[in-house]
Amino acid sequence: MEWYDFLFFIEVLVGGLLSGVMYSLVAIGFVLIYKTSGVLNFAQGAMLLFAALTFVSLVERGIPFALALAITLLIMVALGFAIERTVLRPLVNRSPMTLFMATLGLSYIIEGAAQLLWGTQVHGLDLGIDDTPFEVYGVFISKFDLVAAGLAAAMVGGLSAFFHWTRIGLAFRAVADDQFAALAVGLRLNRIWGTVWTAAGFVALVAGLLWGARLGVQFSLSLVVLKALPVLVLGGFDSILGAIVGGLIVGAGEKLAEVYLGPFVGGGIEGWFAYALALAFLLVRPGGLFGKKLVERV
Amino acid sequence: MAETAGILKVDRVAAVYAGAIAALHGVDLTVAPGEIVALLGSNGAGKSTLLKAVSNLLPAERGAVTEGRILFEGQDVATLAPAALARRGLVTVLEGRHCFRSLTVEENLLTGALGRSSTRAETKADLERVYALFPRLAEKRRTTSGLISGGEQQMTAIGRGLMSRPRLFVLDEPSMGLAPLVVREIFLTLKRLNREDGLSILVAEQNSAVALDYADRAVVVENGVSKLSGPAAELRQRADIKDFYLGGETTSIRNTDPAPKEEAFA
Repeated sequence: MEWYDFLFFIEVLVGGLLSGVMYSLVAIGFVLIYKTSGVLNFAQGAMLLFAALTFVSLVERGIPFALALAITLLIMVALGFAIERTVLRPLVNRSPMTLFMATLGLSYIIEGAAQLLWGTQVHGLDLGIDDTPFEVYGVFISKFDLVAAGLAAAMVGGLSAFFHWTRIGLAFRAVADDQFAALAVGLRLNRIWGTVWTAAGFVALVAGLLWGARLGVQFSLSLVVLKALPVLVLGGFDSILGAIVGGLIVGAGEKLAEVYLGPFVGGGIEGWFAYALALAFLLVRPGGLFGKKLVERV
Repeated sequence: MAETAGILKVDRVAAVYAGAIAALHGVDLTVAPGEIVALLGSNGAGKSTLLKAVSNLLPAERGAVTEGRILFEGQDVATLAPAALARRGLVTVLEGRHCFRSLTVEENLLTGALGRSSTRAETKADLERVYALFPRLAEKRRTTSGLISGGEQQMTAIGRGLMSRPRLFVLDEPSMGLAPLVVREIFLTLKRLNREDGLSILVAEQNSAVALDYADRAVVVENGVSKLSGPAAELRQRADIKDFYLGGETTSIRNTDPAPKEEAFA
């Protein structure tokens, strides 16, 4: 391979990996809720849209950046606890399918509410980060992508520390392991689930801002959930590390496939490559790369 | 006297699962403060259902108490969430141990302190106490609880319960699948807690021989009805009752057979 080709390969790979981080950001929100309550929250995308739309609308009304961020976060906290109280608590002990359908309905309600509240027009969102590429050893990298990756890394670091070093984090892990035992031990599941939805709301806010800055804040933002699903199949639905690695694989895979396989099939691979990969993966390793393996002596 | 001053009073309780499947139809039982009461009965007699009713865990398994009531220190348990009961000192150790498998032994113990919202100092003291009671847990404190032996898991589950500072300790089949020596160690520890701290204990057991050795009183449940109760010493003498209500042969097979198997893999 020529040196120039090699540089091009690296550039595609790095670009893919960095865009994969954006998928991971969405997937992490799913993992948080799925891990602790067994609910596949289809409304994560709607929450992401809601957060981004709320933030951008507040900023457009002249509220300073930091204050708008704080207000949006508060609204996401309220939303998290409201969902736990009104949707999940009455449905506790129902089948996973029932809960999934509930979150599917919830996603339309949240989308509807977001647009009712803030209107349907497309908003531009400027986070003040350049999206201009710069050169590192002959490879062009987007500054925006780097910032997004940095934010994702910080968030994952923060979440891991939270899970491992705090009391509520310990309670999260206990509930994720054995709900019935957690109940018997005296952990207050309602409060824990409310907190988890809040954490997922926070993740939705971060992801919503980054995606919003990239694509514009609009209705279709909620469709990024569809890109998170293959990431989850690859990484495992209950692993944050899996969500990261899955996102990287999907991001890098679809960019490389587009560039190197695309010409042979007439292009357009990027749109469906992730799903084909996930489908193949389901046959080989249905639990995902980092899905929970049952820890058990035999 | 014990009938009125019980820390726990179960009064003609009936319970169903999924609104239709009857599991209990009339169980009476009292635990006096400082007493160990054994709840005996064969597989499927309703022991576990009764214990879940006592700790108000039935609703979580789509069950419900339909008749009678259960009073813990005079308060109807149906009005209190399991978390509230744990805070008041009614602490349950579930059948089959239910350790948090991916958590370490020490983390498992700490969840018991979480349930009670213990302070740091209390947690530290309680942790030391559990390690003093079960030295084997101190050695395995950093080990994932899914990887320790069945006996150690049972000790972890009991230790986790003790971290909530129980006044009434409710245990469901602590001997299940364990070697006789381990069962003995566990019951000796329970007896010690009972003697030294005045801990009241309600323990369901299929292994009636062991349970009757350590209990003050016993209640026999058969097909969801409490059939017989009396001092443990008295029931120990009556082999006929054991055979009739507890399925004689099956209990002895169960006592000797599965345990050595578990040891072989330990």
